[in-house]
Amino acid sequence: MMRWRISAWVAALVVLLLLAVPLYASLAPEPYALTFVSRVLVFALAAISLNLILGYGGMVSFGHALYMGLGAYAVGLLAQHGVTSGWVQLGVTVVVCALVGAVTGAISLRTTGVAFVMITLAFAQMFYYLFVSLKQYGGDDGLSISARSDFGIFTLASPIALYYTALALVLAALFVMKRLVDARFGMVLRGCRINERRMQAMGFPTLRYKLSAYVISSVLCGVAGLLYANLTGYTSPAYMAWTVSGELIVMVVLGGMGTVFGPLVGSLVLLISEEILKALTDRWMMILGPLIVLVVLTARRGVYGYLLDWDGYRERRRLLKDARSAEGRP
Amino acid sequence: MTAMLKINTLVKGYGGLLATDHVSLELAPGELHAIIGPNGAGKTTLIGQLGGEVAPDSGMIEFDGHDITSLAPARRALRGLARSYQITSVFPEFSVLENVCLAMQAHCGHSFGFWKPMLTQTELVEPALRAIGQAGLSYRATTPVSELAHGDRRQLELAMVLVAKPKLLLLDEPMAGMSHQESGKVVQLLQGLKGRYTMLLVEHDMDAVFALADRISVLVYGRIIASGTPQEIRANEDVRTAYLGDEVLPI
Repeated sequence: MMRWRISAWVAALVVLLLLAVPLYASLAPEPYALTFVSRVLVFALAAISLNLILGYGGMVSFGHALYMGLGAYAVGLLAQHGVTSGWVQLGVTVVVCALVGAVTGAISLRTTGVAFVMITLAFAQMFYYLFVSLKQYGGDDGLSISARSDFGIFTLASPIALYYTALALVLAALFVMKRLVDARFGMVLRGCRINERRMQAMGFPTLRYKLSAYVISSVLCGVAGLLYANLTGYTSPAYMAWTVSGELIVMVVLGGMGTVFGPLVGSLVLLISEEILKALTDRWMMILGPLIVLVVLTARRGVYGYLLDWDGYRERRRLLKDARSAEGRP
Repeated sequence: MTAMLKINTLVKGYGGLLATDHVSLELAPGELHAIIGPNGAGKTTLIGQLGGEVAPDSGMIEFDGHDITSLAPARRALRGLARSYQITSVFPEFSVLENVCLAMQAHCGHSFGFWKPMLTQTELVEPALRAIGQAGLSYRATTPVSELAHGDRRQLELAMVLVAKPKLLLLDEPMAGMSHQESGKVVQLLQGLKGRYTMLLVEHDMDAVFALADRISVLVYGRIIASGTPQEIRANEDVRTAYLGDEVLPI
């Protein structure tokens, strides 16, 4: 018997709505909707990458925007020098993010807890000031991108192509995460979050696996940055500011840390409520802040966690009912 | 016959206090050696040094013919030295089967599998189910550990240690906090494992220790004051004095 799981239905509904956004945007017509949801998807991709290390690996990186910035600058700097091939830009993004991730990760992961938070923040700020100091590339003012990434068969200059590329990447990332967290690698990573000492006592060289997760996460976040630069047509050191890193953490926590679908929900909820509240009042942060606190206090696994908890509650009630009817009671 | 485990004048101090005071010990293959002693005698510190989490100040630990004194915990585990914890430290979010599979996974190839679910890999699941059976938990295999009773968790701890067929088991108070009935179950279980595994048992439950051990060492203030068969330990005057006023040796 197929059971009716609310969390799964909501996830399916969200994906369906996301697929239909371009249609709505062209029929309404409301081109801004397309840009806005594209931004949601880009941040969702970054949040998914952060969730791998934060939600599953227990590594609170407070400098994850660094990789978004690196991806964005890979587009900006290469375009400035006439390289607009998306494949080259993607290759550079992947290699640079993997390298920076491997080096900074290898250093940061020697620490845990608050020290890890601070050291990831420090690395991100280091790169932030590096790009601020690059005056020939706009420095503080950033760099506008005249030509978008050209992937041959399609180009990200078209908002619809960009939208569907982002959506496809988000869905692919979600699917890969779903497989990964139950596979050997994911189990080791989750084990490290729960009790790293025990993992070592069992014979796992935990640093190796945590570092791999960190590098994978960095690369995925870099790809989000590549999309972001194409979306805004602009790149600036602000993309790797600590406020962006903080926003990514809020998305993950709000949506549901350590759940596959949570980061997408988190970026949707955060950016949409931001948008709505901004329209209502200039002091929108005063409303949004307490709302976030409320969710985090009441749900251990964020908004998506509400649905999972609800499913769990229904499942237990069903089991109880089955048990009662088996005993011959009404 | 060479010793499975050989501890040579091990010393570990914390400040002015010697938690391990020139301890030497040898375990023959297949032997069940128990370490007893009053609270604060340094039993956990000793186990910590054998497991590799605590670095000794001096002395040497030899395991299966190799010097492992400066080896990291993970490397020791892979060589077949498995430890269970005094404070239950299983993974509460995982099921019983997932816990044991994870323990098996450490000994079974690398963990860079990104696609195939762990629970579909027979090379992990089969030995895991066997170990769960050995620990008497088969009826609980798919239960999330967070729903297990304390005694069941201790049994799970044993299953996780057994799954990789280690050469030496370090059992740090496997019966801590158990009811009489539950600890009886574990005694029976260890009785069944005796002879097949070399075991170092640290335990407060004297009934269990005297029922199980081939040899017993008594640790007081970091020093081994007596070592011998259960009969010899029972008859030892020093041991009686050491325990006087602290715990009554049920002799």
